[in-house]
Amino acid sequence: MNIELKIRTPEGIVFAQVLAGPVTRFFAWFIDQLCINVTLSVLGVVVGMFGYVSFQFAIAFYVISWFIIGIGYGIFFEWAWRGQTIGKKLFRLRVVDVEGMRLQFNQVVVRNLLRFIDELPAFYFVGGTACWLNSKCQRLGDMAANTVVIRAPRVAEPDLDQLLGGKFNSLRQFPHLVARLRQNVSPAEAAIVLQAMLRRDDFDPVARVELFETLAAHFRSRVEFPQEATDGVADEQYLRNVVDVLYRTRTDERPAKTEPAAA
Amino acid sequence: MIIDLQRFIANERPFWNELERMLDHLEAEPNARLPLPQLQLFHQLYERTAAGLAKLTTFSSEPETRRYLENLVARAYSEIHETRDKQRRFFPMQWFFQTWPQTFRRHIRAFYLSVAITIAGCLFGGGAILFDPDAKPVLMPFSHLLQNPQQRVAEEEHATHDRLEGVKATFSAELMTHNIRVAILTLALGMSWGCGTIIMLFYNGVILGAVAVDYIRAGETKFLMGWLMPHGVIEIPAILIAGQAGLMLAAAIVGRGSRLPIRSRLRAISPDVSTLIFGVGLMLIWAGFIEAFLSQYHEPVIPYVAKIIFGSVELVLLTVFLARSGGGPKSRVPGPTPEPRQTGE
Repeated sequence: MNIELKIRTPEGIVFAQVLAGPVTRFFAWFIDQLCINVTLSVLGVVVGMFGYVSFQFAIAFYVISWFIIGIGYGIFFEWAWRGQTIGKKLFRLRVVDVEGMRLQFNQVVVRNLLRFIDELPAFYFVGGTACWLNSKCQRLGDMAANTVVIRAPRVAEPDLDQLLGGKFNSLRQFPHLVARLRQNVSPAEAAIVLQAMLRRDDFDPVARVELFETLAAHFRSRVEFPQEATDGVADEQYLRNVVDVLYRTRTDERPAKTEPAAA
Repeated sequence: MIIDLQRFIANERPFWNELERMLDHLEAEPNARLPLPQLQLFHQLYERTAAGLAKLTTFSSEPETRRYLENLVARAYSEIHETRDKQRRFFPMQWFFQTWPQTFRRHIRAFYLSVAITIAGCLFGGGAILFDPDAKPVLMPFSHLLQNPQQRVAEEEHATHDRLEGVKATFSAELMTHNIRVAILTLALGMSWGCGTIIMLFYNGVILGAVAVDYIRAGETKFLMGWLMPHGVIEIPAILIAGQAGLMLAAAIVGRGSRLPIRSRLRAISPDVSTLIFGVGLMLIWAGFIEAFLSQYHEPVIPYVAKIIFGSVELVLLTVFLARSGGGPKSRVPGPTPEPRQTGE
């Protein structure tokens, strides 16, 4: 279940940020550690070559670089990539301010320096425990810096054209029943059937048949259409027709193109 | 009622794209200043997108688009409602000579507390060695400190070869990284309501007091001062300042005498904690360099008096710098931050 951080703006708009859980964050951290180790290995080879010139200074340089990369990796990337490191990018995570404000440099510094206490005694036990117990999944560094780690969403419009395009919809022959269906169905119910359609290929065939049968029975009970509209229509096709009438009110109009105008 | 999602997205998409483009620009260039027409357009796009989000949330539950819009509104909200100082260009000299010492002075009481805890540790450690010399291995778990002071001085003064020859740079680098690590841990332990920071400071004090009394008791005060002062007058204050930062964190968590919520208290001290710890890092780099290249050399290579004078000059300069540099202790007044209400989960 997703944990959300909801923020109400002074304008009264509520927006939610989906918080990342400790397990996803651990995987992102693991990737970051791999990146740090690879960088240090490459640096070790380069420094090894400089060792022929001055072994003492090569070792000193490596010791300092090891320290700076270990601490600075998170600070550098989270600042340069607006709250993301390589691991966080891969897992679509982002560090943001807990109140929705702009992430500041000092917040990035504090949350990364406090890893020293979060990683105690080993493998982020303190930080992980704090994350489990905290309602916003914050480790101690996040609490001190007033930050949270959210899941960075991916833009994906529902491809309704591919789902519905050009198919005859028997339900539309009864506009008064269509209107009643739209009135009776809640947005949550509509979303369920839409998601079921969009994800149909992800389901196991048997499970899909059962799911569509259950959903179709549910929507049939909401509004009863005459037999000529439903006879010979499979459950899946019936649900496609339902999605069509719920999400597309006018089929014969193309959406108008509108461009934003400068004020 | 369920909105015509496809038509809604198609109609609003150009506005969302435009807002996203402006946000990318603003986030990529934090110092950019938009002209008034652009600002008005930005605000208009934010309000339109926010209204779209409200509409979508009310009349449809399509999650992908809603999350996309929430992300867009969140980003725009952070740009429009942020009232803290915008990230300005970093000027190293200004930071070094003004920001850092001013920050130190602004929280001087935490520093005094840090000093008091360390002195308490010194008294404990010194007293323990004085009354029970056999406790030395318990108080100082470092092999090089367990040696008899007179024996060590004799060995150092009659050394025929440089024991750090060929490893000075490495030794220096290890000292720097180790000390900075200890300093950051001292700061970070402030999150344990200050208990960890207090223990670290006290323990440092115990070792310092025990070593000092051990050498003074053996009649090697001049050696002790010549050995410790060149790097110690920077290294010890650095750890004290790290403790100061840790105690600031602890004070923000405890929040005694403050009506602000914990989040606001932590937000208020966060920039100062960062400033102090970066200053500590610089001090420890210098101390590590001096410890490896100067402190470990004794008479007859370098006269003790020269080392003590060098340490004294450093101490005076550090004191004057922290006490006077950058003028009076300016107070940083954070701008009023709108308190967005979090509506729970």
